[in-house]
Amino acid sequence: MAEADIRNFTINFGPQHPAAHGVLRLVLELDGEVVERVDPHIGLLHRGTEKLIETKTYLQAMPYFDRLDYVAPMNQEHAFCLATERLLGVEIPIRAQLIRVLYCEIGRILSHLLNVTTQAMDVGALTPPLWGFEEREKLMVFYERASGSRMHAAYFRPGGVHQDLPPQLIDDIDHWCTGFYKALKDIDDLLTENRIFKQRNVDIGVVPLSEAWEWGFSGVMVRGSGAAWDLRKSQPYECYADLDFDIPIGKNGDNYDRYLIRMEEMRQSARIMQQCCARLRVEKGRIATSDGKVAPPKRAEMKRSMEGLIHHFKLYTEGYRVPEGEVYAAVEAPKGEFGVYLVSDGTNKPYRCKIRAPGFAHLQAMDHLCRGSMLADVSAILGSIDIVFGEVDR
Amino acid sequence: MTAVTDASNVSPHDVQPAPTGALQALAAHIAAGLGPKLGSSSIAFGELTLKAEAADIIDVLTFLRDDPGCRFVSFVDICGVDWPAREKRFDVVYHLLSPYKNTRVRVKVEADDVTPVPSATPVFPGALWFEREAYDLYGVLFSGHPDLRRLLTDYGFEGHPLRKDFPTTGFVEVRWDDEAKRVVYEPVRLNQEFRNFDFLSPWEGTDYVLPGDEKAKQPQ
Repeated sequence: MAEADIRNFTINFGPQHPAAHGVLRLVLELDGEVVERVDPHIGLLHRGTEKLIETKTYLQAMPYFDRLDYVAPMNQEHAFCLATERLLGVEIPIRAQLIRVLYCEIGRILSHLLNVTTQAMDVGALTPPLWGFEEREKLMVFYERASGSRMHAAYFRPGGVHQDLPPQLIDDIDHWCTGFYKALKDIDDLLTENRIFKQRNVDIGVVPLSEAWEWGFSGVMVRGSGAAWDLRKSQPYECYADLDFDIPIGKNGDNYDRYLIRMEEMRQSARIMQQCCARLRVEKGRIATSDGKVAPPKRAEMKRSMEGLIHHFKLYTEGYRVPEGEVYAAVEAPKGEFGVYLVSDGTNKPYRCKIRAPGFAHLQAMDHLCRGSMLADVSAILGSIDIVFGEVDR
Repeated sequence: MTAVTDASNVSPHDVQPAPTGALQALAAHIAAGLGPKLGSSSIAFGELTLKAEAADIIDVLTFLRDDPGCRFVSFVDICGVDWPAREKRFDVVYHLLSPYKNTRVRVKVEADDVTPVPSATPVFPGALWFEREAYDLYGVLFSGHPDLRRLLTDYGFEGHPLRKDFPTTGFVEVRWDDEAKRVVYEPVRLNQEFRNFDFLSPWEGTDYVLPGDEKAKQPQ
């Protein structure tokens, strides 16, 4: 073959590929085994969430957020609830805040467990997912016992949460936390010093901090590069300011640092959960705001009180009118900064609800991150930037 | 390797979010730095919103990123908002974050569907997909964007689905045709009309006439 005939080889990675973490199609241009260009094609899971939200009332729009990052559903609900509450000017009671924080941290562990273990699977380890999913299963039972649903909980509502937690559930979550450190240590022993795992991850997918900021990275992706930036600490929402936890940060900004951060964050989450459980045993009280124009009445109250009945009827038909204005509310979701930009025109439906998903910003840098690395590193990097297509495609 | 930092070591990032007073000072600082390029600024719900002309957006973003009093180095979001009644029907909304000052800022420019907005990709490479998304969903054009293709919608999709005049049910539906052995595109056929109820309370200031009310004014 003449030299002029040598050209780059283009392959399709996905959309049906076990390491594509969903329905990602990557068009890879290869020179031998070196990646020359990556063109991610997304949108295969696009459901038009933002359009649908514009046709629903605020309460009806809320369950769509479960379906974005479906491995940590309540964290997304949280951002939408915060945005709505800020527009409404509603304060939520401390017990509701504690329940929200408790379930957000469960969501964080759910997400990190999935990510850490499946990323290990992407680089060749089969056991971690089996062990990690055992713990995830227990956490999903906690979701179910609070909301009636393992994944799509629709549990956080603007103004509070939907139901109170039974005392037994709080005890069980607390008990689970105690055992979780052991389960985490098992995964830690399998992976952290594992020779193959380190060969596949150390110094792979390095992101310098300045690049991380300008590419719109957030969460573990900037902490891995050395920024002590966590919205729970720096712009605290709910009662995170009263809770005691640490923020792990990395030094090198590579896959391995991000793995270590996720492992440590799970320990810190369990720590937060234990503090929440301890406080939930003392803080009895309302689980939603007492403003009857926002939070629906209890069932018993609705049956006996005329006012309760009117509120119930109005809230489940018209919903509440949200004052005109625009807010951007962000939470530290497991994958990074999950933001909701909500524009209200004063009616009962959002005029515009932009969902700012962390995975979207991370995935667009795939070309930047993978250029010049080996083909096998593509799946390691993809696993490490923690992509879930529910939120990328919306 | 990671080092677990205690809360006390998290500075300089770990400062409380800026109170309204600090936002006003920041707004004044930005107004002084940008001069006539800044259209207006307002503070609502504890958030600072700047307005600018679309042609100046690169200068505004560059100033916000590089000025030592701002340091909005972290790119957060670009999105469109559709206001069909307006002459320039789109808002392009930029969200930036300053991890050093721990504040956020929102920049809004107006655009229509023919005049392009200068692309923010030279300032923030992360704007790449966000602008593609705004183009895909709203039809806002960005000049100087290296790769302005559709992003989220189907290959060969027509129209811009997040515009207010685009129906929620869309125009085409797809199904697998077992005889043709391929996916076929057909016009949407709804077995039941899309139901979008108007639940707004009519005695709390709706601006339309309720069905039937017009009869009251008709001469006999």
